Amino acid sequence: MQDTRERLESILRQRIGVLDGSWGVLIQKRVRGEEEYRGDRFRDHPRDVAGNPDLLNLTRPDMVRDIHRSYFEAGADIATTNTFTATRIGQADYALEDVAAEMSLEGARLAREVADEFGGLVAGSVGPLNVSLSLSPRVDDPAYRSATFDQVAEAYAEQIRALREGGSDLLLIETVFDTLNAKAAIVAAQDAAPELPLWLSFTAVDKSGRNLSGQTVEAFWISVEHARPLVVGVNCSLGAAEMRPFVEDLAQIAPTWVACYPNAGLPNALGEHDELPEDTSRFLGEFARDGLVNIVGGCCGTTPEHVRQIVAAVDGVAPRVVPERRAATRFSGLEPLELRDDSRSAAGSGGRAPRRAPPRGPRAGRPPTPPGGGVHRAPAPPPPPGQETAALPAPPASP
Amino acid sequence: MIGERTNITGSARFRRLIEGGDFQAALDVALEQVRGGANLLDVNMDADLLDGERAMTTFLNLVATEPEVARIPIVIDSSRWSVLEAGLRCVQGKGAVNSLSLKEGEEAFLEQARTVRRYGAGVVVMAFDEEGQAETAERKVAICERAYRLLVEQVGFPPEDLIFDPNVLAVATGIEEHRGFAKAFLEALPLIKDRCPGARTSGGISNLSFSFRGNDAVREAMHSSFLFHAIRAGLDMGIVNAGQLVVYEDIEPDLLERVEDVIFDRRPDATERLVEYASRVRGEATKREVDLSWREAPVEKRLEHALVHGIVDFIEEDTEEARQRADRPLDVIEGPLMSGMQVVGDLFGAGKMFLPQVVKSARAMKRAVAYLEPYMEAEQAAGGGAPRARGKAVLATVKGDVHDIGKNIVGVVLGCNDYDVVDLGVMVPAERILDVAVEEEADVVGLSGLITPSLDQMVDVAREMERRGMDLPLLIGGATTSRQHTAVRIAPAYSQPVVHVLDASRVVRVVSDLLDAERRARLDVENRADQNRLRDLHAEKERKPLLPLARARENRQRVSFDDLSVPEFTGRRLVEPDLATLREYVDWQFFFHAWELKGKFPAILEQPVARDLFDDAQRLLDEIVSDELLQARGVYGFWPARADGDDVVLADGMRFCFLRQQSDYGDSRPNRSLADYVAPAGDHLGAFAVTAGIGAEELAARFTAEHDDYHAIMVKALADRLAEAFAEYVHEVARRAWYETGPKLPSEQLIAERFRGIRPAFGYPACPDHSEKSKLFALLGAEEAGLALTETYAMTPAASVSGIYLAHPEARYFSVGRIARDQVEDYAARKGVSLAGAERSLRPNLAYEPVEDEPEVKVVSASSGS
Repeated sequence: MQDTRERLESILRQRIGVLDGSWGVLIQKRVRGEEEYRGDRFRDHPRDVAGNPDLLNLTRPDMVRDIHRSYFEAGADIATTNTFTATRIGQADYALEDVAAEMSLEGARLAREVADEFGGLVAGSVGPLNVSLSLSPRVDDPAYRSATFDQVAEAYAEQIRALREGGSDLLLIETVFDTLNAKAAIVAAQDAAPELPLWLSFTAVDKSGRNLSGQTVEAFWISVEHARPLVVGVNCSLGAAEMRPFVEDLAQIAPTWVACYPNAGLPNALGEHDELPEDTSRFLGEFARDGLVNIVGGCCGTTPEHVRQIVAAVDGVAPRVVPERRAATRFSGLEPLELRDDSRSAAGSGGRAPRRAPPRGPRAGRPPTPPGGGVHRAPAPPPPPGQETAALPAPPASP
Repeated sequence: MIGERTNITGSARFRRLIEGGDFQAALDVALEQVRGGANLLDVNMDADLLDGERAMTTFLNLVATEPEVARIPIVIDSSRWSVLEAGLRCVQGKGAVNSLSLKEGEEAFLEQARTVRRYGAGVVVMAFDEEGQAETAERKVAICERAYRLLVEQVGFPPEDLIFDPNVLAVATGIEEHRGFAKAFLEALPLIKDRCPGARTSGGISNLSFSFRGNDAVREAMHSSFLFHAIRAGLDMGIVNAGQLVVYEDIEPDLLERVEDVIFDRRPDATERLVEYASRVRGEATKREVDLSWREAPVEKRLEHALVHGIVDFIEEDTEEARQRADRPLDVIEGPLMSGMQVVGDLFGAGKMFLPQVVKSARAMKRAVAYLEPYMEAEQAAGGGAPRARGKAVLATVKGDVHDIGKNIVGVVLGCNDYDVVDLGVMVPAERILDVAVEEEADVVGLSGLITPSLDQMVDVAREMERRGMDLPLLIGGATTSRQHTAVRIAPAYSQPVVHVLDASRVVRVVSDLLDAERRARLDVENRADQNRLRDLHAEKERKPLLPLARARENRQRVSFDDLSVPEFTGRRLVEPDLATLREYVDWQFFFHAWELKGKFPAILEQPVARDLFDDAQRLLDEIVSDELLQARGVYGFWPARADGDDVVLADGMRFCFLRQQSDYGDSRPNRSLADYVAPAGDHLGAFAVTAGIGAEELAARFTAEHDDYHAIMVKALADRLAEAFAEYVHEVARRAWYETGPKLPSEQLIAERFRGIRPAFGYPACPDHSEKSKLFALLGAEEAGLALTETYAMTPAASVSGIYLAHPEARYFSVGRIARDQVEDYAARKGVSLAGAERSLRPNLAYEPVEDEPEVKVVSASSGS
């Protein structure tokens, strides 16, 4: 599968590639109720399974193929597998741990099958999990973790083996709201599928530009650069308009292909993403013309019509030029640190405490709600250091 | 800077906390490190009886949930591989592992390195192999090169992720084999940099001087010298624990020679000679780590670093280097210096630098500019141009007022941000301010003042600007000014923007907005909207009815006068305490306020900025005290007195007039007047006037002449504190002479005012009329103590305090607040002044618009000159 990398890169050298859109809304239209999710095979399963989209790879393969087909017909180059939560850990609250790998395997096979009809590529979707290695679910015990690094890495490795076997061309470690989880996924990928190119996709939980575990997009990039991903990008949580600053940051620093697949705007009062295809595609068209992106697509709330218009919006637009890698000694915590430059000004964006709002819901339409709720509840962040200790306000610097 | 106090092997406190299982308190240690400016946090859990993996995991998990600490990268430090690996599983960011080595052979090394790489961390590699620690330059280089090749070629590490530590080992130990250790390290550095391109080097410098433990003078000299040479040889990170490094150039030549003889192994008796020297000197050290790696950067970066950190040690040599490279000396200012100050401005604007640091930056800038001046003059003589600034501000403390700390700070901050500042000083009449503004083609005028009469002076300046048809924006600042006052009184007098600037940190933003047409318009709209709102609020408040004076008097505070104390003496006494005594009475809290740093003293000292400021202040104060650079003089006394209505009358007929609260509280609260605390017969009144500012102007001017605004401002801030301390001190003396018999109160209780009696000052809320000070000064003969009053009753020197003493146990401070015309008429009659005169004195308290509101200053026309 070494030629996948070459195949994708040859597309990206010529034009902006297009990923597919969301699954949630399309599934909701096609599948209703517990019975339809269960099919024959899980008729007697002891727990409710409605709203578990990855199960449909086993119970409604026809429908999964349909959705893939509709996206390829809309002009997508790459399909994401319907496997966002198909890990042992993600399926535990449905008591479906033991079929998680099978969901991933089938999810990859279905996508492969349809992709081959269209000459498309398959990105095996590796989601963020409903446990966080960086945050404690217990308010009174912040050092506690509900899973260990090795458990998370093992769950991912099982999924990745299945995605590989099912015919994925690359691995899409997406909606990264906890970078340590992503690092576990990277370790798993290196063990289970070292030949598959990686696509790492950061998600900012709000306009602060930080992910749930508190990192800025630049700190994130420094944390995962060692994985030498083929693509790095931003997805979910926000609409394209809100996402732009982080995409710009990434476009500037990452010496590799950059992707962006936003939600269809911010959620409305009902929690739905209802930005029109015209709008999402217009924003992405602007990103493309401004040289920020190499791959675009859609996340929550986007539809084949969004993808069709996105394809049109980026058609003929020159892709972002990948910058040279700049050799420098860089480290990161929640914020980046680069040595050699004045260490004080390099010490990061200073003072902004990470936001700890939960993500607004991943691509597949099912938020990583933890069993029992509240896994992502973290102790309230302290006030930014500057505010607590000094009288000086922080007005924007004068131009 | 690497935070090292979270290292169990180096910090007894951290070790105690971890071994005691108090991880939360241990996290506070990390927090202190971050707040102290650490860029990376070194975490080490190596102790014999500790489960290192578990401790590392627990601690790092905790760190991850504390955003202020988690902000910075982690250095996972252990001699045990399992602990390093446990740490790697806990950090989401990219940290570094400290350390790996070839001690156990290539295979183990490679395996560990591959694992580190999987987690994306950097790695510190010790120059250690199967045969042990590298002591010679050849072995150091060979081991590093071998490790480099393995890591880069076989594991795939980018060279920038590698940090080689070629072992700094102790010299001058008396052991013959150790003589060459320092030299070997220095020789190895350039070779390592050469053979391991891209990699970094680091070293724990303090190992070098192990044999001189306890002798910090020698240790610091060794560290400074060694670091100086090591940086030149290619050291990227020097980790120094033993306190402030001395500046290399400042090392005493004899000591330096002996130290370098040891470092470079230049003579057989080098060790003996240094030991001999050490036996003659002892030194003290403070704990601090200094990273001099910035000296290695290109000159532009060095200048920027010096400006940002306010370091003047190298400023002239760096400026010279930049000058030689530049076409013209002016290019140095407009290029590297200005861009360095831009960084300072940005960091300050973003709240990442604090006022004391900015003022230090300005000092470095001024030094650099002063260095360039002769060159620019020479060039100008030959027909070159002068530097262009972004804009020009004229600043002044208004007529009648002498307070200028805040104004000076604003001047420095604007200067830092590339604005020309014309500072007219203190007690500047309106016409002069405006004449200069016109002459200098200023872009903005800024007024400052501390006492309430200055508010009226500002109104006069605004009126005069309107009359002259000027269009310059007017900035208002100073301790008594407020958004409310600016909106209600000053802004209506002038049709151009009048902006209240709360503190120095805002001024750059405001000025830059005002100099841009579009942003000026936007600011103006917002500012006017805000001021309209404030005026409405004020009008709303004004509508609240007040009690008629007679009813307010009926509701006076009734206290018992059964047991009146009698002072030991009556009449006045001069006092001239030495500064060392006053120092004990200083309330440092307000010192930090003057520098716009918030926090409670002494807790505030945990902030490095505050700590540095405090240390600098103590140093200057030491000098002031030992060389008697300031003088404190004062006078106090007691007089037989009785209350007569709202006045207090002395035996000789001198009458102090007080005001009474007229608000309708609608509850049981009385309508108070200070006169309520004096008995109608047989009582006493105390009074005092003190200054600690004699010599302050001269001393500040001396610093200003040396381009050192930092210390110039510091002098005045300290004089203010000493004057307040003096007031505290004399009050204590007076209380003991009057009624206080118990043991002396500790100073915290003094500061908390936990004693009987009060000392209200005229011009402050309980007795807001400044003009009563003229009686007070006459009574006290205050001129004899070197004090005087300006025409608006500001005291000179600026660092002065005066007021009265009231002994009654129930006496409290309060605010008179709004008063009605009936009281003002009554007050004018009691005081023997015109109604208009009383209204002028009491302007801020008036609950009504006085009929006659002519400006006090008659203005001469702009063309009349001086």
